[in-house]
Amino acid sequence: MKTMDLQELEKRFQEKIDKEIKIEPNDWMPDEYRKTLIRQISQHAHSEIVGMLPEGNWITRAPNLRRKAVLLAKVQDEAGHGLYLYSSVETLGADREATIDDLHSGKAKYSSIFNYPAVTWADIGTIGWLVDGAAIMNQVALCRCSYGPYARGMVKICKEESFHQRQGYESLVTLCNGTPEQKAMAQDAMNRFWWPALMMFGPSDDESPNSAQSMKWKIKRFSNDELRQSFVDATVPQAEILGLTIPDPNLKWNEATGHYDFSPINWDEFWQVVNGNGPCNKERIEARKKAKENGMWVREAATAYAAKRSMKKTA
Amino acid sequence: MKNEALYNYVLHMGDDSLVLGQRLGEWCGHGPILEEDIAMTNISLDLIGQAMSLLDYAAEIERQGKDHDALAYLRFENQYRNVLLVEQPNGDFADTMMRQFLFDAFRKPLYEKLTASSDAQIAAIAEKSLKETRYHLKHTSEWIIRLGDGTDESHDRAQKALDNLWRYTNELFYETEEAKSLVMAGIVPPMSEIKILWKQTVEAVFTEATLVIPTNNWQFEGGRRGVHSEHLGYLLAELQYMQRAYPNMKW
Repeated sequence: MKTMDLQELEKRFQEKIDKEIKIEPNDWMPDEYRKTLIRQISQHAHSEIVGMLPEGNWITRAPNLRRKAVLLAKVQDEAGHGLYLYSSVETLGADREATIDDLHSGKAKYSSIFNYPAVTWADIGTIGWLVDGAAIMNQVALCRCSYGPYARGMVKICKEESFHQRQGYESLVTLCNGTPEQKAMAQDAMNRFWWPALMMFGPSDDESPNSAQSMKWKIKRFSNDELRQSFVDATVPQAEILGLTIPDPNLKWNEATGHYDFSPINWDEFWQVVNGNGPCNKERIEARKKAKENGMWVREAATAYAAKRSMKKTA
Repeated sequence: MKNEALYNYVLHMGDDSLVLGQRLGEWCGHGPILEEDIAMTNISLDLIGQAMSLLDYAAEIERQGKDHDALAYLRFENQYRNVLLVEQPNGDFADTMMRQFLFDAFRKPLYEKLTASSDAQIAAIAEKSLKETRYHLKHTSEWIIRLGDGTDESHDRAQKALDNLWRYTNELFYETEEAKSLVMAGIVPPMSEIKILWKQTVEAVFTEATLVIPTNNWQFEGGRRGVHSEHLGYLLAELQYMQRAYPNMKW
């Protein structure tokens, strides 16, 4: 392809984006746009799948049958989100199994929040409230992403995530109105999940090199810091209703900015966890690898059976 | 208690659903394929839902002011009335599918008959549960055929699962003397009828799956009388953990 053609294609591509026309799988798109989306959507898919583990961990120990049913439904939703997202990745020409192999080799990342352990029942409510709450902040913006299949998938995902967030909060309301032990359990979960939840929005804007291009392509609509601030502003009043203390002595309302001020984030911890040194990184990846390895013979059987069936049909 | 025979019957059905739902829930996040993770979680969810309806009804018959959670979480091991089949460990995917298939093939005709129960509450629960169970049976039948007639390895694993689990199947049709009074009253069907229908299903599926029913036909039973395998204690330890560690709290 001639350089002029490429420039012309890129120009037309950007014009479509500027006019809010969705990019569809068969449309021309710059290689970098495709690569960025494959990376982002597959990381999102991996986050859904790895995210099943800390919560799945509590299914057998849920304190009553209603909570067990809700948690089963929620984790099942996460698996469904993973499926849509892997399908979206496939529309970009990537192979689902290859992206999963990248997860297992450590090449592809997933949300670092899932490298923290879910050690008490209150963690389950807290994950729903804070982790799904933070995810919604990101994902509502992604419903307007320039790439059609991703944006449409996000609309459905957001509906379910908002149910997840509400069930998490409702579960914490029960704990916070319960006995002192239950309240203490909720506060302990808050103490452990608050900062990792804020880290979910990713590095600060000045440390986030890919952000400007993603904003121009309308893959991203808001910066990491903007989304993080919106999350803090939305969550502080909810914590007040629960009567939980946010573990940040510098958290206070700033009349001038109309936002809450909060302490700097411990980015060293963030990068340590992203790069494999979180409390559960090893366990999470091992669990996913084991599922794939143990499932190999099942997938082979399904393929062999399907082949036999089509042989019989043609015979 | 208004009707002890009815209470025991509804309780044992509730326990079957509860224990099997709990077992399947252990798979969540670890399935061999993402689609199967979703399917197993979904079946687990259906079973827990059925357990809630059945145990609520048992509690209502018992008239001790309990609810499904009191029955699910606060009994001792020998007070559970589930069959031994459902408490067996998950094993590999073939073991789990075989356990589920043998159970679904029993539950579907049972629910079909129970939709005509003279007890309106049982008929209503059966009506709702039957829709779910038809899907479960379809799903597990397809997998048994796929595994049996797939690769050599999957065939061997499926056959091994069948060899191990077959000895727990006769207990599905265990009928107490008191249950016979329920049969007379048109509340529940005779187990002999269910067994015929179950046998038709499993034989047809095993033939297509090229699997052979074991010739060793020694059969275990005990669960319906509260005499369980060693596996149930661990399952209940997890199930009951929160209720035992934090008694009398709302969650």
